[in-house]
Amino acid sequence: MSALDDNAKEIAEDAGGEGVATSSPEINQKEQDNRSEGPIILFFILGLFASLILGWIIFPKLLYSKKKQPIDFNHVLHVAEVEDGCESCHFFREDGTYSGVPKLEQCIDCHEEIQGDSPDEIKFVEEYVSKGREVPWLIYSRQPDSVFFSHAAHVKVAGMDCVTCHGHIGESESLKIYEENRITGYSRDIWGKSIGGFKKNTWDRMKMDDCAECHRKNTAKIERAGVKTPTNRLIDHFIDVVYPGTSKFGKGSSVQTERDACFVCHK
Amino acid sequence: MKHKKAKKYGMVIDLDKCTGCGSCMVACMAENNVPFRKDESDKLLSITWMRIYKLTNGKPFPNTDICYLPRPCMHCEGQHEGHSPCVTVCPAIATDYSSETGIVSQIYTRCFGCRYCMASCPYHARYFNWWDPVWPDGMEKYLSPNVSPRMRGVVEKCSFCFHRYQMAKEKAFMEGRRKVEEDEYQTACTQACPAGAITFGDLNNPNHTVYRMVKPDPKHHGRPTNPNAFRLLERLGTNPKVYYLSSREWIRRAGDNYLKSESIAKKPAHHE
Repeated sequence: MSALDDNAKEIAEDAGGEGVATSSPEINQKEQDNRSEGPIILFFILGLFASLILGWIIFPKLLYSKKKQPIDFNHVLHVAEVEDGCESCHFFREDGTYSGVPKLEQCIDCHEEIQGDSPDEIKFVEEYVSKGREVPWLIYSRQPDSVFFSHAAHVKVAGMDCVTCHGHIGESESLKIYEENRITGYSRDIWGKSIGGFKKNTWDRMKMDDCAECHRKNTAKIERAGVKTPTNRLIDHFIDVVYPGTSKFGKGSSVQTERDACFVCHK
Repeated sequence: MKHKKAKKYGMVIDLDKCTGCGSCMVACMAENNVPFRKDESDKLLSITWMRIYKLTNGKPFPNTDICYLPRPCMHCEGQHEGHSPCVTVCPAIATDYSSETGIVSQIYTRCFGCRYCMASCPYHARYFNWWDPVWPDGMEKYLSPNVSPRMRGVVEKCSFCFHRYQMAKEKAFMEGRRKVEEDEYQTACTQACPAGAITFGDLNNPNHTVYRMVKPDPKHHGRPTNPNAFRLLERLGTNPKVYYLSSREWIRRAGDNYLKSESIAKKPAHHE
Protein backbone atom coordinates (compact mmCIF):
# COMPACT_ATOMS: atom_id res chain seq x y z
CA MET A 1 0.00 0.00 0.00
CA SER A 2 2.84 2.31 0.88
CA ALA A 3 4.48 1.68 -2.50
CA LEU A 4 1.29 2.66 -4.28
CA ASP A 5 1.04 5.81 -2.27
CA ASP A 6 4.63 6.70 -3.09
CA ASN A 7 3.98 6.21 -6.76
CA ALA A 8 0.93 8.40 -6.68
CA LYS A 9 2.86 11.10 -4.88
CA GLU A 10 5.68 11.00 -7.43
CA ILE A 11 3.28 11.29 -10.32
CA ALA A 12 1.54 14.23 -8.70
CA GLU A 13 4.86 15.93 -8.11
CA ASP A 14 6.00 15.36 -11.67
CA ALA A 15 2.83 16.82 -13.07
CA GLY A 16 3.00 19.78 -10.74
CA GLY A 17 6.67 20.39 -11.49
CA GLU A 18 6.13 20.39 -15.24
CA GLY A 19 3.16 22.67 -14.94
CA VAL A 20 5.29 25.18 -13.14
CA ALA A 21 8.18 24.93 -15.57
CA THR A 22 6.14 25.36 -18.76
CA SER A 23 3.77 28.03 -17.60
CA SER A 24 6.17 30.97 -18.04
CA PRO A 25 7.98 30.38 -21.40
CA GLU A 26 4.81 29.01 -23.05
CA ILE A 27 4.86 31.54 -25.86
CA ASN A 28 8.46 30.76 -26.83
CA GLN A 29 7.72 27.07 -27.03
CA LYS A 30 4.79 27.67 -29.39
CA GLU A 31 6.89 29.72 -31.76
CA GLN A 32 9.49 26.98 -31.82
CA ASP A 33 6.81 24.41 -32.66
CA ASN A 34 5.62 26.47 -35.62
CA ARG A 35 9.12 26.78 -36.97
CA SER A 36 9.83 23.02 -36.89
CA GLU A 37 6.45 21.89 -38.33
CA GLY A 38 7.17 22.95 -41.92
CA PRO A 39 10.09 20.66 -42.70
CA ILE A 40 8.40 17.73 -40.97
CA ILE A 41 5.24 18.05 -43.09
CA LEU A 42 7.33 18.49 -46.22
CA PHE A 43 9.32 15.40 -45.30
CA PHE A 44 6.17 13.33 -44.99
CA ILE A 45 4.69 14.65 -48.24
CA LEU A 46 7.92 13.92 -50.08
CA GLY A 47 8.08 10.52 -48.43
CA LEU A 48 4.52 9.76 -49.51
CA PHE A 49 5.23 10.67 -53.12
CA ALA A 50 8.50 8.81 -53.08
CA SER A 51 6.86 5.64 -51.83
CA LEU A 52 3.96 6.01 -54.27
CA ILE A 53 6.37 6.34 -57.16
CA LEU A 54 8.44 3.48 -55.84
CA GLY A 55 5.42 1.23 -55.39
CA TRP A 56 3.48 2.04 -58.54
CA ILE A 57 6.19 2.71 -61.08
CA ILE A 58 9.64 1.55 -60.05
CA PHE A 59 8.73 -1.70 -58.28
CA PRO A 60 6.55 -3.04 -61.11
CA LYS A 61 9.38 -2.25 -63.55
CA LEU A 62 11.86 -4.11 -61.40
CA LEU A 63 9.46 -6.97 -60.76
CA TYR A 64 9.20 -8.01 -64.38
CA SER A 65 12.16 -9.03 -66.49
CA LYS A 66 11.81 -8.48 -70.21
CA LYS A 67 12.56 -11.40 -72.46
CA LYS A 68 12.48 -11.67 -76.23
CA GLN A 69 10.96 -14.70 -77.90
CA PRO A 70 13.59 -16.89 -79.58
CA ILE A 71 12.05 -16.12 -82.97
CA ASP A 72 9.63 -13.41 -83.96
CA PHE A 73 6.37 -14.76 -85.35
CA ASN A 74 3.93 -12.99 -87.62
CA HIS A 75 0.39 -14.17 -86.92
CA VAL A 76 -1.24 -12.08 -89.67
CA LEU A 77 0.94 -13.61 -92.34
CA HIS A 78 0.21 -17.15 -91.21
CA VAL A 79 -3.52 -16.71 -90.67
CA ALA A 80 -3.76 -15.45 -94.28
CA GLU A 81 -1.98 -18.58 -95.53
CA VAL A 82 -3.89 -21.27 -93.64
CA GLU A 83 -7.46 -22.43 -94.15
CA ASP A 84 -8.97 -23.07 -90.72
CA GLY A 85 -7.90 -19.94 -88.89
CA CYS A 86 -6.52 -20.48 -85.39
CA GLU A 87 -7.41 -24.17 -85.39
CA SER A 88 -4.98 -24.91 -88.24
CA CYS A 89 -2.06 -24.75 -85.83
CA HIS A 90 -3.70 -24.63 -82.40
CA PHE A 91 -5.89 -27.69 -82.69
CA PHE A 92 -7.71 -30.24 -80.55
CA ARG A 93 -6.39 -33.76 -80.34
CA GLU A 94 -8.79 -36.66 -80.67
CA ASP A 95 -8.84 -37.32 -76.94
CA GLY A 96 -10.08 -33.79 -76.29
CA THR A 97 -6.78 -32.34 -75.11
CA TYR A 98 -5.54 -29.17 -76.68
CA SER A 99 -2.27 -28.84 -78.57
CA GLY A 100 -1.53 -25.28 -77.46
CA VAL A 101 1.67 -23.92 -78.94
CA PRO A 102 2.55 -25.80 -82.14
CA LYS A 103 5.48 -28.15 -82.14
CA LEU A 104 8.15 -28.30 -84.82
CA GLU A 105 6.28 -31.16 -86.43
CA GLN A 106 3.51 -28.86 -87.63
CA CYS A 107 5.84 -26.08 -88.78
CA ILE A 108 7.94 -28.47 -90.83
CA ASP A 109 5.04 -29.10 -93.20
CA CYS A 110 5.74 -25.73 -94.82
CA HIS A 111 9.10 -24.68 -93.44
CA GLU A 112 11.27 -27.62 -94.40
CA GLU A 113 13.22 -25.13 -96.49
CA ILE A 114 13.53 -21.37 -96.31
CA GLN A 115 10.60 -19.79 -98.13
CA GLY A 116 10.99 -16.06 -97.81
CA ASP A 117 13.72 -13.66 -96.92
CA SER A 118 12.75 -12.80 -93.35
CA PRO A 119 15.77 -13.10 -91.03
CA ASP A 120 13.59 -14.78 -88.40
CA GLU A 121 12.53 -17.50 -90.78
CA ILE A 122 16.12 -18.10 -91.84
CA LYS A 123 17.09 -18.37 -88.19
CA PHE A 124 14.16 -20.72 -87.56
CA VAL A 125 15.06 -23.08 -90.36
CA GLU A 126 18.79 -23.04 -89.71
CA GLU A 127 18.78 -23.31 -85.96
CA TYR A 128 15.70 -25.37 -85.25
CA VAL A 129 14.29 -27.15 -88.31
CA SER A 130 17.55 -28.46 -89.71
CA LYS A 131 18.80 -29.45 -86.27
CA GLY A 132 15.47 -30.95 -85.23
CA ARG A 133 15.25 -28.84 -82.08
CA GLU A 134 12.01 -27.56 -80.61
CA VAL A 135 11.70 -23.80 -80.32
CA PRO A 136 11.72 -22.80 -76.65
CA TRP A 137 8.71 -20.47 -76.95
CA LEU A 138 7.88 -18.36 -73.95
CA ILE A 139 4.20 -18.95 -73.28
CA TYR A 140 2.24 -15.86 -72.30
CA SER A 141 -0.73 -17.74 -70.91
CA ARG A 142 1.04 -20.46 -68.92
CA GLN A 143 -0.93 -21.21 -65.77
CA PRO A 144 0.26 -22.67 -62.45
CA ASP A 145 0.40 -26.43 -62.02
CA SER A 146 -2.70 -26.51 -59.89
CA VAL A 147 -4.88 -25.16 -62.67
CA PHE A 148 -6.91 -27.45 -64.86
CA PHE A 149 -8.17 -25.71 -67.95
CA SER A 150 -10.18 -27.54 -70.55
CA HIS A 151 -10.17 -25.89 -73.94
CA ALA A 152 -12.75 -28.45 -75.07
CA ALA A 153 -15.25 -27.37 -72.41
CA HIS A 154 -14.90 -23.70 -73.29
CA VAL A 155 -14.61 -23.87 -77.07
CA LYS A 156 -16.58 -26.99 -78.01
CA VAL A 157 -19.32 -26.87 -75.36
CA ALA A 158 -19.63 -23.24 -74.33
CA GLY A 159 -18.82 -22.02 -77.84
CA MET A 160 -16.43 -19.31 -76.73
CA ASP A 161 -13.99 -17.78 -79.18
CA CYS A 162 -10.24 -17.48 -78.76
CA VAL A 163 -10.35 -13.68 -78.46
CA THR A 164 -12.33 -13.69 -75.19
CA CYS A 165 -9.32 -14.92 -73.27
CA HIS A 166 -6.36 -14.47 -75.59
CA GLY A 167 -7.18 -11.10 -77.14
CA HIS A 168 -6.44 -10.20 -80.73
CA ILE A 169 -3.19 -12.09 -80.87
CA GLY A 170 -4.12 -13.49 -84.29
CA GLU A 171 -3.91 -9.98 -85.70
CA SER A 172 -0.42 -9.26 -84.42
CA GLU A 173 2.48 -8.87 -86.80
CA SER A 174 5.17 -9.60 -84.28
CA LEU A 175 5.39 -11.20 -80.87
CA LYS A 176 5.44 -8.85 -77.94
CA ILE A 177 8.09 -8.82 -75.26
CA TYR A 178 7.57 -11.57 -72.71
CA GLU A 179 7.57 -10.08 -69.24
CA GLU A 180 8.36 -12.60 -66.54
CA ASN A 181 7.61 -12.02 -62.90
CA ARG A 182 10.96 -12.42 -61.17
CA ILE A 183 9.39 -13.78 -58.00
CA THR A 184 6.74 -16.17 -59.29
CA GLY A 185 8.11 -16.90 -62.75
CA TYR A 186 4.72 -16.34 -64.39
CA SER A 187 4.05 -14.14 -67.37
CA ARG A 188 2.74 -10.64 -66.86
CA ASP A 189 -0.27 -11.54 -68.97
CA ILE A 190 -1.57 -13.50 -65.98
CA TRP A 191 -1.57 -10.51 -63.63
CA GLY A 192 -2.31 -8.03 -66.39
CA LYS A 193 -0.62 -4.84 -67.46
CA SER A 194 -2.44 -2.73 -64.92
CA ILE A 195 -0.73 -2.99 -61.55
CA GLY A 196 -3.86 -1.65 -59.89
CA GLY A 197 -5.80 -4.58 -61.27
CA PHE A 198 -8.11 -2.58 -63.52
CA LYS A 199 -9.51 -4.48 -66.41
CA LYS A 200 -10.90 -3.05 -69.61
CA ASN A 201 -11.15 -6.16 -71.77
CA THR A 202 -11.91 -9.77 -70.92
CA TRP A 203 -8.43 -10.77 -72.11
CA ASP A 204 -6.50 -8.29 -69.97
CA ARG A 205 -5.88 -10.76 -67.17
CA MET A 206 -5.90 -14.51 -66.56
CA LYS A 207 -6.17 -14.76 -62.81
CA MET A 208 -8.49 -17.01 -60.84
CA ASP A 209 -10.80 -14.06 -60.26
CA ASP A 210 -11.23 -13.68 -63.99
CA CYS A 211 -12.24 -17.32 -64.38
CA ALA A 212 -14.54 -17.04 -61.37
CA GLU A 213 -16.18 -13.89 -62.65
CA CYS A 214 -17.35 -15.57 -65.83
CA HIS A 215 -18.14 -18.87 -64.11
CA ARG A 216 -20.35 -17.15 -61.59
CA LYS A 217 -22.33 -15.41 -64.29
CA ASN A 218 -22.73 -18.55 -66.32
CA THR A 219 -23.58 -20.84 -63.43
CA ALA A 220 -26.57 -18.60 -62.86
CA LYS A 221 -27.42 -18.71 -66.54
CA ILE A 222 -27.22 -22.48 -66.75
CA GLU A 223 -29.32 -22.87 -63.63
CA ARG A 224 -31.98 -20.57 -64.99
CA ALA A 225 -32.16 -22.49 -68.23
CA GLY A 226 -32.51 -25.75 -66.33
CA VAL A 227 -35.57 -24.75 -64.32
CA LYS A 228 -38.53 -26.26 -66.08
CA THR A 229 -41.38 -23.78 -66.36
CA PRO A 230 -41.40 -20.00 -66.49
CA THR A 231 -43.55 -19.99 -63.33
CA ASN A 232 -40.95 -22.01 -61.43
CA ARG A 233 -38.28 -19.72 -62.70
CA LEU A 234 -40.21 -16.69 -61.49
CA ILE A 235 -40.85 -18.21 -58.06
CA ASP A 236 -37.19 -19.17 -57.73
CA HIS A 237 -36.10 -15.72 -58.70
CA PHE A 238 -38.59 -14.17 -56.29
CA ILE A 239 -37.33 -16.31 -53.40
CA ASP A 240 -33.80 -15.31 -54.24
CA VAL A 241 -34.68 -11.64 -54.11
CA VAL A 242 -36.65 -11.84 -50.87
CA TYR A 243 -34.45 -14.32 -49.04
CA PRO A 244 -31.04 -14.08 -50.70
CA GLY A 245 -28.99 -17.22 -50.44
CA THR A 246 -31.81 -19.57 -49.53
CA SER A 247 -32.85 -20.83 -52.94
CA LYS A 248 -30.76 -23.03 -55.18
CA PHE A 249 -30.94 -20.29 -57.77
CA GLY A 250 -27.64 -19.68 -59.49
CA LYS A 251 -25.65 -21.89 -57.19
CA GLY A 252 -22.74 -23.99 -58.31
CA SER A 253 -21.80 -27.48 -57.25
CA SER A 254 -19.42 -26.47 -54.47
CA VAL A 255 -20.92 -27.06 -51.07
CA GLN A 256 -18.49 -24.64 -49.42
CA THR A 257 -18.59 -21.69 -51.78
CA GLU A 258 -21.83 -22.32 -53.70
CA ARG A 259 -19.91 -21.58 -56.86
CA ASP A 260 -18.59 -24.20 -59.23
CA ALA A 261 -16.75 -26.88 -57.26
CA CYS A 262 -12.99 -26.41 -56.82
CA PHE A 263 -12.16 -29.50 -58.87
CA VAL A 264 -13.81 -27.96 -61.91
CA CYS A 265 -10.77 -25.75 -62.52
CA HIS A 266 -8.15 -27.30 -60.22
CA LYS A 267 -6.24 -30.50 -60.28
CA MET B 1 -31.68 -29.93 -63.04
CA LYS B 2 -28.37 -30.22 -61.30
CA HIS B 3 -29.83 -32.37 -58.56
CA LYS B 4 -31.43 -34.84 -60.89
CA LYS B 5 -28.25 -35.43 -62.81
CA ALA B 6 -25.92 -35.36 -59.80
CA LYS B 7 -23.49 -38.21 -59.61
CA LYS B 8 -22.14 -39.81 -56.52
CA TYR B 9 -18.92 -41.56 -57.28
CA GLY B 10 -18.09 -44.37 -54.94
CA MET B 11 -16.02 -47.49 -54.59
CA VAL B 12 -16.74 -51.06 -53.57
CA ILE B 13 -13.86 -53.18 -52.33
CA ASP B 14 -14.38 -56.92 -52.07
CA LEU B 15 -12.24 -58.00 -49.12
CA ASP B 16 -12.74 -61.67 -49.95
CA LYS B 17 -10.89 -61.06 -53.22
CA CYS B 18 -8.15 -58.77 -51.91
CA THR B 19 -4.83 -60.57 -51.57
CA GLY B 20 -2.99 -57.63 -50.03
CA CYS B 21 -0.51 -57.51 -52.90
CA GLY B 22 -0.23 -53.72 -52.79
CA SER B 23 -0.72 -53.08 -56.53
CA CYS B 24 -3.31 -50.45 -55.75
CA MET B 25 -0.88 -48.58 -53.51
CA VAL B 26 1.84 -48.61 -56.15
CA ALA B 27 -0.52 -47.60 -58.95
CA CYS B 28 -1.90 -44.80 -56.82
CA MET B 29 1.52 -43.39 -55.97
CA ALA B 30 2.62 -43.47 -59.60
CA GLU B 31 -0.60 -41.97 -60.87
CA ASN B 32 -0.82 -39.13 -58.39
CA ASN B 33 2.84 -38.06 -58.04
CA VAL B 34 2.80 -39.05 -54.39
CA PRO B 35 6.14 -38.06 -52.85
CA PHE B 36 8.36 -40.52 -51.00
CA ARG B 37 11.62 -40.27 -49.12
CA LYS B 38 14.84 -42.19 -49.21
CA ASP B 39 14.08 -43.71 -45.84
CA GLU B 40 10.45 -44.71 -45.50
CA SER B 41 10.93 -46.80 -42.38
CA ASP B 42 8.84 -44.43 -40.27
CA LYS B 43 5.42 -45.32 -41.58
CA LEU B 44 3.76 -42.55 -39.61
CA LEU B 45 5.36 -40.06 -41.97
CA SER B 46 4.76 -42.00 -45.18
CA ILE B 47 2.23 -40.57 -47.57
CA THR B 48 -0.07 -43.24 -48.94
CA TRP B 49 -3.33 -42.10 -50.46
CA MET B 50 -4.28 -45.74 -50.67
CA ARG B 51 -3.09 -47.85 -47.77
CA ILE B 52 -3.54 -51.52 -47.03
CA TYR B 53 -4.20 -52.56 -43.46
CA LYS B 54 -3.90 -56.08 -42.18
CA LEU B 55 -6.64 -57.38 -39.92
CA THR B 56 -6.59 -60.62 -37.95
CA ASN B 57 -9.33 -62.31 -36.00
CA GLY B 58 -6.93 -62.80 -33.09
CA LYS B 59 -7.59 -66.53 -32.77
CA PRO B 60 -4.87 -69.19 -32.31
CA PHE B 61 -3.59 -71.38 -35.11
CA PRO B 62 -6.24 -73.62 -36.53
CA ASN B 63 -8.83 -70.88 -36.50
CA THR B 64 -6.63 -67.92 -37.33
CA ASP B 65 -7.75 -65.79 -40.22
CA ILE B 66 -6.42 -62.62 -41.79
CA CYS B 67 -7.80 -60.00 -44.11
CA TYR B 68 -6.24 -57.13 -46.01
CA LEU B 69 -8.18 -53.91 -46.11
CA PRO B 70 -7.29 -51.23 -48.68
CA ARG B 71 -8.24 -47.79 -47.45
CA PRO B 72 -8.55 -44.83 -49.85
CA CYS B 73 -10.23 -41.56 -48.87
CA MET B 74 -13.85 -42.38 -48.02
CA HIS B 75 -15.22 -39.19 -49.60
CA CYS B 76 -17.77 -38.96 -46.79
CA GLU B 77 -21.10 -37.42 -47.56
CA GLY B 78 -21.95 -36.73 -43.93
CA GLN B 79 -25.39 -36.21 -42.48
CA HIS B 80 -26.29 -33.94 -45.34
CA GLU B 81 -24.56 -33.33 -48.63
CA GLY B 82 -21.06 -32.01 -48.01
CA HIS B 83 -21.11 -32.42 -44.26
CA SER B 84 -17.87 -34.40 -44.35
CA PRO B 85 -15.72 -34.21 -41.21
CA CYS B 86 -12.82 -32.59 -43.04
CA VAL B 87 -14.81 -30.20 -45.24
CA THR B 88 -16.71 -28.67 -42.37
CA VAL B 89 -13.61 -27.87 -40.33
CA CYS B 90 -11.34 -26.45 -43.04
CA PRO B 91 -10.75 -22.78 -42.25
CA ALA B 92 -9.26 -22.06 -45.67
CA ILE B 93 -11.93 -23.64 -47.93
CA ALA B 94 -9.06 -25.72 -49.26
CA THR B 95 -11.16 -28.84 -49.14
CA ASP B 96 -14.55 -28.86 -50.70
CA TYR B 97 -17.40 -31.23 -51.52
CA SER B 98 -18.86 -31.23 -54.99
CA SER B 99 -22.57 -31.87 -55.19
CA GLU B 100 -22.09 -32.75 -58.84
CA THR B 101 -19.75 -35.71 -58.33
CA GLY B 102 -19.76 -36.26 -54.57
CA ILE B 103 -15.98 -36.00 -54.51
CA VAL B 104 -14.14 -34.32 -51.66
CA SER B 105 -11.49 -32.17 -53.28
CA GLN B 106 -8.27 -30.82 -51.86
CA ILE B 107 -6.67 -27.73 -53.36
CA TYR B 108 -3.02 -27.77 -52.36
CA THR B 109 -2.28 -24.15 -53.20
CA ARG B 110 -5.17 -23.10 -51.03
CA CYS B 111 -4.22 -25.21 -48.01
CA PHE B 112 -2.06 -23.56 -45.38
CA GLY B 113 -1.34 -26.69 -43.44
CA CYS B 114 -3.22 -26.28 -40.15
CA ARG B 115 -4.04 -30.02 -40.25
CA TYR B 116 -7.43 -29.59 -38.66
CA CYS B 117 -8.82 -31.86 -41.38
CA MET B 118 -6.34 -34.57 -40.45
CA ALA B 119 -7.48 -34.41 -36.86
CA SER B 120 -11.11 -34.62 -37.87
CA CYS B 121 -10.75 -37.46 -40.36
CA PRO B 122 -11.69 -40.69 -38.59
CA TYR B 123 -10.04 -42.78 -41.32
CA HIS B 124 -6.52 -41.31 -41.27
CA ALA B 125 -6.91 -40.73 -44.98
CA ARG B 126 -5.18 -37.37 -44.97
CA TYR B 127 -1.45 -36.83 -44.99
CA PHE B 128 0.78 -33.89 -44.30
CA ASN B 129 3.79 -32.94 -46.39
CA TRP B 130 6.55 -32.37 -43.88
CA TRP B 131 9.06 -31.79 -46.67
CA ASP B 132 9.11 -30.65 -50.25
CA PRO B 133 9.12 -33.69 -52.51
CA VAL B 134 12.56 -34.76 -53.68
CA TRP B 135 12.41 -36.95 -56.74
CA PRO B 136 15.29 -39.24 -57.68
CA ASP B 137 17.36 -37.97 -60.59
CA GLY B 138 15.38 -37.93 -63.82
CA MET B 139 12.10 -38.95 -62.23
CA GLU B 140 10.63 -35.49 -62.61
CA LYS B 141 10.21 -36.27 -66.29
CA TYR B 142 8.01 -39.21 -65.40
CA LEU B 143 5.59 -37.35 -63.17
CA SER B 144 2.02 -37.11 -64.35
CA PRO B 145 1.30 -33.65 -65.77
CA ASN B 146 -2.36 -34.09 -64.90
CA VAL B 147 -1.85 -34.05 -61.14
CA SER B 148 -0.19 -31.06 -59.54
CA PRO B 149 2.67 -31.95 -57.22
CA ARG B 150 2.40 -30.82 -53.62
CA MET B 151 4.72 -28.56 -51.72
CA ARG B 152 5.91 -28.65 -48.14
CA GLY B 153 3.32 -27.69 -45.55
CA VAL B 154 0.09 -28.82 -47.20
CA VAL B 155 -2.28 -31.71 -46.68
CA GLU B 156 -3.04 -34.20 -49.41
CA LYS B 157 -5.33 -37.17 -49.88
CA CYS B 158 -6.95 -39.47 -52.39
CA SER B 159 -8.99 -37.61 -54.98
CA PHE B 160 -10.65 -40.64 -56.61
CA CYS B 161 -8.25 -39.83 -59.50
CA PHE B 162 -10.36 -36.83 -60.28
CA HIS B 163 -8.07 -35.76 -63.11
CA ARG B 164 -9.22 -38.87 -64.95
CA TYR B 165 -12.77 -37.56 -64.74
CA GLN B 166 -11.59 -34.25 -66.14
CA MET B 167 -9.84 -36.02 -69.01
CA ALA B 168 -12.84 -38.25 -69.67
CA LYS B 169 -15.08 -35.22 -69.77
CA GLU B 170 -12.78 -33.48 -72.23
CA LYS B 171 -12.93 -36.50 -74.48
CA ALA B 172 -16.71 -36.65 -74.21
CA PHE B 173 -16.97 -32.95 -75.09
CA MET B 174 -14.77 -33.52 -78.11
CA GLU B 175 -17.11 -36.25 -79.31
CA GLY B 176 -20.14 -34.05 -78.70
CA ARG B 177 -21.34 -35.87 -75.59
CA ARG B 178 -22.01 -34.48 -72.14
CA LYS B 179 -22.07 -37.82 -70.34
CA VAL B 180 -19.08 -39.77 -69.09
CA GLU B 181 -19.58 -43.52 -69.33
CA GLU B 182 -18.78 -45.89 -66.48
CA ASP B 183 -15.69 -47.36 -68.10
CA GLU B 184 -14.32 -43.98 -69.15
CA TYR B 185 -13.72 -42.88 -65.59
CA GLN B 186 -12.02 -45.46 -63.43
CA THR B 187 -9.45 -44.86 -60.73
CA ALA B 188 -5.86 -46.08 -61.03
CA CYS B 189 -6.25 -48.53 -58.11
CA THR B 190 -9.37 -50.06 -59.66
CA GLN B 191 -7.55 -50.76 -62.89
CA ALA B 192 -4.40 -51.98 -61.18
CA CYS B 193 -6.02 -54.54 -58.88
CA PRO B 194 -5.06 -57.96 -60.29
CA ALA B 195 -7.78 -59.69 -58.28
CA GLY B 196 -10.52 -57.35 -59.46
CA ALA B 197 -11.41 -56.57 -55.86
CA ILE B 198 -12.02 -52.88 -56.45
CA THR B 199 -15.03 -51.57 -58.36
CA PHE B 200 -15.66 -47.93 -59.04
CA GLY B 201 -18.66 -46.05 -60.39
CA ASP B 202 -21.67 -43.86 -59.77
CA LEU B 203 -23.71 -44.88 -56.74
CA ASN B 204 -26.68 -42.88 -58.01
CA ASN B 205 -26.84 -44.80 -61.25
CA PRO B 206 -28.64 -48.18 -61.02
CA ASN B 207 -26.83 -49.34 -64.16
CA HIS B 208 -23.41 -49.04 -62.59
CA THR B 209 -21.80 -52.11 -61.04
CA VAL B 210 -21.16 -50.40 -57.70
CA TYR B 211 -24.86 -49.71 -57.30
CA ARG B 212 -25.80 -53.28 -58.08
CA MET B 213 -23.18 -54.63 -55.68
CA VAL B 214 -24.21 -52.75 -52.55
CA LYS B 215 -27.71 -51.43 -53.34
CA PRO B 216 -27.36 -48.22 -51.33
CA ASP B 217 -30.44 -47.15 -49.43
CA PRO B 218 -31.10 -43.49 -50.28
CA LYS B 219 -33.37 -43.08 -47.25
CA HIS B 220 -30.46 -43.84 -44.91
CA HIS B 221 -27.66 -41.88 -46.58
CA GLY B 222 -26.71 -44.73 -48.84
CA ARG B 223 -26.35 -47.40 -46.18
CA PRO B 224 -25.81 -50.70 -48.00
CA THR B 225 -28.75 -53.08 -48.18
CA ASN B 226 -26.55 -55.97 -49.30
CA PRO B 227 -26.02 -57.93 -46.05
CA ASN B 228 -22.39 -58.61 -46.94
CA ALA B 229 -21.59 -54.95 -47.49
CA PHE B 230 -20.49 -52.53 -44.81
CA ARG B 231 -18.84 -49.17 -44.41
CA LEU B 232 -16.08 -48.24 -42.00
CA LEU B 233 -17.28 -46.66 -38.75
CA GLU B 234 -20.84 -46.71 -40.03
CA ARG B 235 -22.24 -45.47 -36.73
CA LEU B 236 -20.26 -42.24 -36.78
CA GLY B 237 -22.64 -41.00 -39.42
CA THR B 238 -19.93 -39.92 -41.82
CA ASN B 239 -21.64 -41.87 -44.61
CA PRO B 240 -18.57 -42.86 -46.60
CA LYS B 241 -18.79 -43.61 -50.30
CA VAL B 242 -16.37 -46.49 -50.03
CA TYR B 243 -18.09 -49.80 -49.31
CA TYR B 244 -16.51 -53.07 -48.33
CA LEU B 245 -17.82 -56.54 -49.08
CA SER B 246 -17.06 -59.62 -47.06
CA SER B 247 -18.75 -62.94 -46.46
CA ARG B 248 -16.93 -63.31 -43.12
CA GLU B 249 -18.70 -61.87 -40.15
CA TRP B 250 -15.62 -61.04 -38.06
CA ILE B 251 -14.44 -58.72 -40.82
CA ARG B 252 -17.78 -56.98 -41.03
CA ARG B 253 -17.66 -56.58 -37.26
CA ALA B 254 -14.19 -55.09 -37.53
CA GLY B 255 -15.65 -52.25 -39.56
CA ASP B 256 -16.91 -50.48 -36.46
CA ASN B 257 -16.44 -50.58 -32.69
CA TYR B 258 -19.11 -53.11 -31.81
CA LEU B 259 -19.49 -54.38 -28.29
CA LYS B 260 -19.06 -58.12 -27.74
CA SER B 261 -22.72 -58.59 -26.97
CA GLU B 262 -23.83 -56.41 -29.84
CA SER B 263 -25.02 -57.88 -33.10
CA ILE B 264 -24.27 -55.98 -36.28
CA ALA B 265 -27.28 -57.38 -38.06
CA LYS B 266 -29.53 -55.02 -36.15
CA LYS B 267 -27.58 -51.98 -37.30
CA PRO B 268 -28.36 -49.63 -34.45
CA ALA B 269 -27.55 -46.75 -36.71
CA HIS B 270 -27.57 -43.04 -36.66
CA HIS B 271 -31.18 -42.09 -37.20
CA GLU B 272 -32.31 -38.57 -37.60
